[in-house]
Amino acid sequence: MAETINMPKLGFDMAEGLLVRWVKQVGENINKGDILAEIETDKATVEVESHASGVVLQLIVEQGTMVPVNAPIAVIGAAGEKVDAPAATTALSKVESPKSDAAPAPQTQPTPAPTTQTSAPAETVVSGAALSESKGQPSAGPVKASPLAKKIAKDKNVNLASLQGTGPGGRVVRKDVESAIASGQPSAVSRPSAPTSIQPVIVSLDDKVVATTKLRQAIGRRLIESKTTIPHFYVTHEYKMDALMDMRKQINAYLPDNEKVSVNDFILKAVALSLRQFPNLNATIKGTEVIQFGHVNVGVAVTVPGGLMTVVVKDTDQKGLRQISGEVKAMAGRARDGKVKPEDVDGSTFSTSNLGMYDVEDFIAIINPPEAAILAISSAREVPVVENSAVKVGWRMKATISVDHRVSDGAEAAQFMQTLAGFLENPVRMLV
Amino acid sequence: MAKITMREAISQALMEEMDRDPAVFIMGEEVGVWGGTYAVTKGFYDKYGPDRIKDTPIAENAIIGGAIGAAMVGQRPVAELMTINFGFSAMDYIINQAPKLHYMFGGQFKVPMVIRAVGGGGRQLGATHSQTPDAIFAHFPGLKVVSPGTPEDAKGLLKSAIRSDDPVLFIEHATMYQVRGEVPEGEYTIPIGKSKVQRAGTDVTIVTYCKGLELSMKAADELASQGINVEVVDLRTLRPLDMEPVIESFKKTNRAVVVEEGWKSYGVGSEIVSRIYEEAFDYVDAPIIRVAQKEVPLPYNRTLEQAALPQVADIVSAVKEVLK
Repeated sequence: MAETINMPKLGFDMAEGLLVRWVKQVGENINKGDILAEIETDKATVEVESHASGVVLQLIVEQGTMVPVNAPIAVIGAAGEKVDAPAATTALSKVESPKSDAAPAPQTQPTPAPTTQTSAPAETVVSGAALSESKGQPSAGPVKASPLAKKIAKDKNVNLASLQGTGPGGRVVRKDVESAIASGQPSAVSRPSAPTSIQPVIVSLDDKVVATTKLRQAIGRRLIESKTTIPHFYVTHEYKMDALMDMRKQINAYLPDNEKVSVNDFILKAVALSLRQFPNLNATIKGTEVIQFGHVNVGVAVTVPGGLMTVVVKDTDQKGLRQISGEVKAMAGRARDGKVKPEDVDGSTFSTSNLGMYDVEDFIAIINPPEAAILAISSAREVPVVENSAVKVGWRMKATISVDHRVSDGAEAAQFMQTLAGFLENPVRMLV
Repeated sequence: MAKITMREAISQALMEEMDRDPAVFIMGEEVGVWGGTYAVTKGFYDKYGPDRIKDTPIAENAIIGGAIGAAMVGQRPVAELMTINFGFSAMDYIINQAPKLHYMFGGQFKVPMVIRAVGGGGRQLGATHSQTPDAIFAHFPGLKVVSPGTPEDAKGLLKSAIRSDDPVLFIEHATMYQVRGEVPEGEYTIPIGKSKVQRAGTDVTIVTYCKGLELSMKAADELASQGINVEVVDLRTLRPLDMEPVIESFKKTNRAVVVEEGWKSYGVGSEIVSRIYEEAFDYVDAPIIRVAQKEVPLPYNRTLEQAALPQVADIVSAVKEVLK
């Protein structure tokens, strides 16, 4: 019996995917688990595995086609088997023109905004962002609102879905939007859509226009949402890293080159163990409730061509250093090659960003929604330190946590940072 | 300004135009010796004589057909229909001849005539003599349809109608001849095809005309005492329809009630509401409500007749509904 392969949903926010390439052609044999096609989402290019074995009977969509999630893309069955007509037709009707950019951007070419570069160490854009799009968000069903309310909401960037309508049947009417604007209700005033530059950009012949990648656009969208809707606060702590640096040296002496553990691997483990004691920071906010996640899945921001991604170590708190190290290496490699798997980037509960390799003293990161906090880790450096009234040389590393103030306060964040110190400064605790 | 009745205003308009232009004459049932069923042409027969005030047989197609012929050869007839319901007997002339001759003959003929017709219910004249079929006549391009709601507008618009080179159906309401209103002294005209804000307000727009205007102004007074500030826009002309003041008002209030005496289905209100949705969709803050006649042939019984016709209370509750 023929089986239909559908466009997979690779993440919470994915509505459609671009079928980049068919790996198998009609008539070819395929086994369960074989790569059938490559799909590009706004996050990554992902290989789609077949969940059926047999012969590729039909490829329903052409390469370069944008396909809605769950729409059939191929049929696999026994050689010579007849293909059910309906599977094909329903899909085709949904297929949109190739390369249609998801957003119906009104005649905006990916606008080059050449100048506005943030001065380097200010705020590094860290977003696993692109990856786990808000879980808590209600699916975009139609909001019952008057045309006027909709227009005002659009003009003033008010999120209609967040308003309580007072019109008949809960319809949102003008006065609901206006009073939301007047009261400055934070939930109401929503993200300005990503690539809007308020100042007209004048491009001269000397300037170079670079189209942004889908990933970059997604990062922009997500972080505007984060920065405009989440009240961030920041706590910085300096860690004594001497013991950890020693231990790493010892451990790595016994490991082959491709398995050596990094400082960051220690930090991930320490962060995960600390989060166990601070469930409020391993959380998300949903309306008036904080959801404290049952698992501790620490995300790691990875630089990839065209942006960055967050790969996720599932149950970080329960894994050993070598396993964490191995998983991060594998996932980061796939991310850089554009071959990331959906499970690599999904389900992060707390993110980290490490710029240690770039000799950074300190930086702060933007929270990766829907998470409640992110840790920005800087370089471990040998610096003069004062101990027992004497100056000596010591390893020090600064880290800054950014926290959603709707979820937590400075004191809790500071205590988390101290608890983290308890692990980083006594690394043997992480081994037992 | 003098405060006169609708009857006097129409009378004055006719007389002034007859004095001004010898081509203007009046024809219809009982318009001469009797002075008009609603006494609008009382004294005209004595003043202008049988050549210019012509009593006709009870034959509407003859009245309208004759008027068309006279108009085509240079006269300016004002033909009177005792009630607009009798116009159905002359439908071919009203719809298929008068408005189209200019087009059918490549502009060789003009048909500068006015049909004065009495419409509306409320006088216990029964189902066949009490109708408000304005929308039917306004449906056809080529025929101007005017239906004033104040003496001032009646006078100014009728004078414009008589001077118009196109056929104009001028609809008066059977129960409004005694309505009084201020009318400017001396000569004036009001252009056909211009709606007018009859009462300025901020909370809700009532769009209406003719009898609906009288009712809406009363409703607006009542609502004002309850703190609701109504703007009333009077269409005055159904074709050509001037939506500009309506849209302008709606963009300000974002909510509207449309009041007409005719039936709701396929009516004037349907047209107005559609136009608002087409031209001001982004300004709609609540569904627009139509107030109209109940969908029955109008009863003779006075209580039932009043129950079927739109009333001030209906408008008041519609306004409150649309403001919810």
